Amino acid sequence: MKYVCKLCGYVYDPAEGDSDGGIKPGTAFADIPDDWVCPVCGAGKADFEPE
Amino acid sequence: MLKAQEIKKDVYWIGAVDYESRNFHGYSLSPRGTTYNNYLILDEKKTIFDTVKPEHAGFSLERLASVINPAEIDYLVINHAEADHAGALPDFIAACRPECVFCSPMGQKALEGHFRAWKNWPLKVVKSGDVISLGKRSVHFLETRMLHWPDSMFSYIPEDRLLFSNDAFGQNIASSERFADEISREVLLSAMSEYYHNIVLPYSQQVLKVLAQVGEMGLDIDMIAPDHGLIFRGKEDAAFVLKTYRRFAEQKPGKRAVIVYDTMWYSTQTMAYAVAEGLGAAGVPARIMSLKDNHHSAVMSEVARCGLVMVGSPTHNNGILPFVSGFLTYMKGLRPQNRLGGVFGSFGWSGECVKIISERLADMGFELPADPVKVKYVPDAESLEQCFALGLTLGRALEAKCG
Repeated sequence: MKYVCKLCGYVYDPAEGDSDGGIKPGTAFADIPDDWVCPVCGAGKADFEPE
Repeated sequence: MLKAQEIKKDVYWIGAVDYESRNFHGYSLSPRGTTYNNYLILDEKKTIFDTVKPEHAGFSLERLASVINPAEIDYLVINHAEADHAGALPDFIAACRPECVFCSPMGQKALEGHFRAWKNWPLKVVKSGDVISLGKRSVHFLETRMLHWPDSMFSYIPEDRLLFSNDAFGQNIASSERFADEISREVLLSAMSEYYHNIVLPYSQQVLKVLAQVGEMGLDIDMIAPDHGLIFRGKEDAAFVLKTYRRFAEQKPGKRAVIVYDTMWYSTQTMAYAVAEGLGAAGVPARIMSLKDNHHSAVMSEVARCGLVMVGSPTHNNGILPFVSGFLTYMKGLRPQNRLGGVFGSFGWSGECVKIISERLADMGFELPADPVKVKYVPDAESLEQCFALGLTLGRALEAKCG
């Protein structure tokens, strides 16, 4: 499932992951480490919601 | 002829005052004009913080040259890449040939996206917690992502107890005064609120985080110098700004209402006035704002102090009038919280207006405690009583919400 950042609108797509943040493609949002932040605006995981 | 103005020992304002500007950032009005503030510190490393809007580059460079040959500048610090602060960067780089241009990690990306020449510039990325020395002074950087762009950053000079806050704490005021304590506090607060609620409001959660960070870091601040409007000097005024932003960000509902509407043949307008009477009977002050006569940003400045927003539109071609739709789009992006909504409108045959507005307000998180009122063609005495009752009911609901 994709998750959207409530602050800036960035969409985390598990198929793509987040290479800048060290998240490999295929990683579910729930499996991302808790200290990961939005690559666009720096928001924490808690600021994301299902798209 | 233009002079730099010393705001602390060896710290100068070298900005531009734009009395003519009424268009701010392309989406908001700036009825009092604005300024593009940038600053110079003369230390072992001569450093400029931010630039100005491109067409004002000459004014700022002239002020700079009144105290130092621009070629002697060592560092530029770019706290934010938007055109009204970094737009004159090519002019400043050409005039100053700086050794380094400091920006945040997201600032680098934004500058790369804005300027073709960036590959030839000595960009140096600094992150939150990084410190550079200017000689007697140091600059501590604090990234303030989404306050109000991903790249936004504060620069803090502990030796001067001075915070360069970029867009945060700004106000659109063009004036010959440079300090907030030189103008009426009422005008100042109104301008701070107008600026916050049209630009910063969607990032209120970030504002609270940054305020908490500033508190945790125990920053000793006796001057806050934003990039628009007046500078806050003295500990008391610095504390006033932080406290005011906390109040804005918390968004406690105000016991006032704004009735915003557009109309075709005055039926919806007549309903708006009847709603206002009902609010008055509930003891809730209300302002009626026609979207033909008020820009969406002026309405938003009123929404700032109102816990209740009532929206009216006739049905037009199975939809709502475009100014109302535009206003709702604008308000949605600004994400106001903790508010009640109310809806009314006239129609001729299909009557979708109130349903459309209600859905859009609900989508923004507005509570809608009363059924909307819609009137076919022209309101009669009975339907105006319904409008009055709508105002009365919502006024009482607001009273209960405000406690």
